[in-house]
Amino acid sequence: MVEFSLPRNSKVGTGKTVKAPPSAKRIKKFKVYRWNPDDGKNPEVDTYEVDLDTCGPMVLDALIKIKNEMDPTLTFRRSCREGVCGSCAMNIDGSNTLACTMAIEDVKKDVKVYPLPHMEVIKDLVPDMKNFYAQYASVKPWLQTESEPPSRERLQSRDERAELDGLWECILCACCSTSCPSYWWNSDRYLGPAVLLQAYRWIADSRDEYTGERLDDLEDPFRLYRCHTIMNCTAACPKGLNPAKAIAETKKLMQERR
Amino acid sequence: MTLSILHRVTGVGLGFGTLLMAYWLIAAAAGPDWFATAQTFVGSILGRLILLGFTASLMFHFCNGIRHLFWDAGKGFELSTARASGISVFLGTIILTVATWAIAYLVRGDL
Repeated sequence: MVEFSLPRNSKVGTGKTVKAPPSAKRIKKFKVYRWNPDDGKNPEVDTYEVDLDTCGPMVLDALIKIKNEMDPTLTFRRSCREGVCGSCAMNIDGSNTLACTMAIEDVKKDVKVYPLPHMEVIKDLVPDMKNFYAQYASVKPWLQTESEPPSRERLQSRDERAELDGLWECILCACCSTSCPSYWWNSDRYLGPAVLLQAYRWIADSRDEYTGERLDDLEDPFRLYRCHTIMNCTAACPKGLNPAKAIAETKKLMQERR
Repeated sequence: MTLSILHRVTGVGLGFGTLLMAYWLIAAAAGPDWFATAQTFVGSILGRLILLGFTASLMFHFCNGIRHLFWDAGKGFELSTARASGISVFLGTIILTVATWAIAYLVRGDL
């Protein structure tokens, strides 16, 4: 349910400041959320002064530099560093996005880096994705068929294949779901934009033969219909996809089959 | 997101505005004394401010409701379109509210 203030043990304090070397000319301050499950303290925001002349262009480059050169305890997920794995999703400058595709120069003031909003934090910038992945599994994200398997691939026309454009590109980074107020408040029962976009990806697939069952599963006041077209998901998506539209198409199919 | 929460806020506001309207109608049915009291309250500065909020809420909820109807039909989901329609809703709210009050004062003939 909706909570308007942080619980006492989540109130964020001010942490340490790590200065840049005196030789640094172009300094950018990174204010990074820190929380360690083992020390029993409240979360704090640490400030790191990064010398941009010795740093790569993206926020992820700065985080890696901080971890390598200034503070090895900083914890975050990253892998591909080019926007295809979705590991480094976090809240940067107030918006959910991928640290690896977010340019430092696009942030005008200090760069504020927080974990994805309204998720349980495991440590520092690492959120607990268990519920998100379980919800993804619940929509059975694979091809389901009843007919006899053909001796070759299941073919699609060009138009049928085009239906999947804007859906298959999703990397499940959860930027959209964790930007959605409905998901903040009802993530125990509402599937959220990322998982609903994935659900629609299989509903829209001409080769899938379980469309009815998939829609039956979503026919629920919470799982699908907590979407109120707030549009944060589409605004947040670092891949430029449109989960709000995928959800609207799903709702239309629900109406059309009545 | 701003418009989304405003849609909810104005929806709740419309509920209270409807209560005020019901009070005014009941007062009219209850007799001249009751109606005079209601008129004095509604015509006071506070009453007019509440009425202004009621009209603005109604116009906003109306315009944004139309926007939601398009969305329900699966149209207008491009980010640029959604931003443009959001701005249109704001402008529409202002224009319709000002127009309503201008007409009201014109019909009344004085302030």
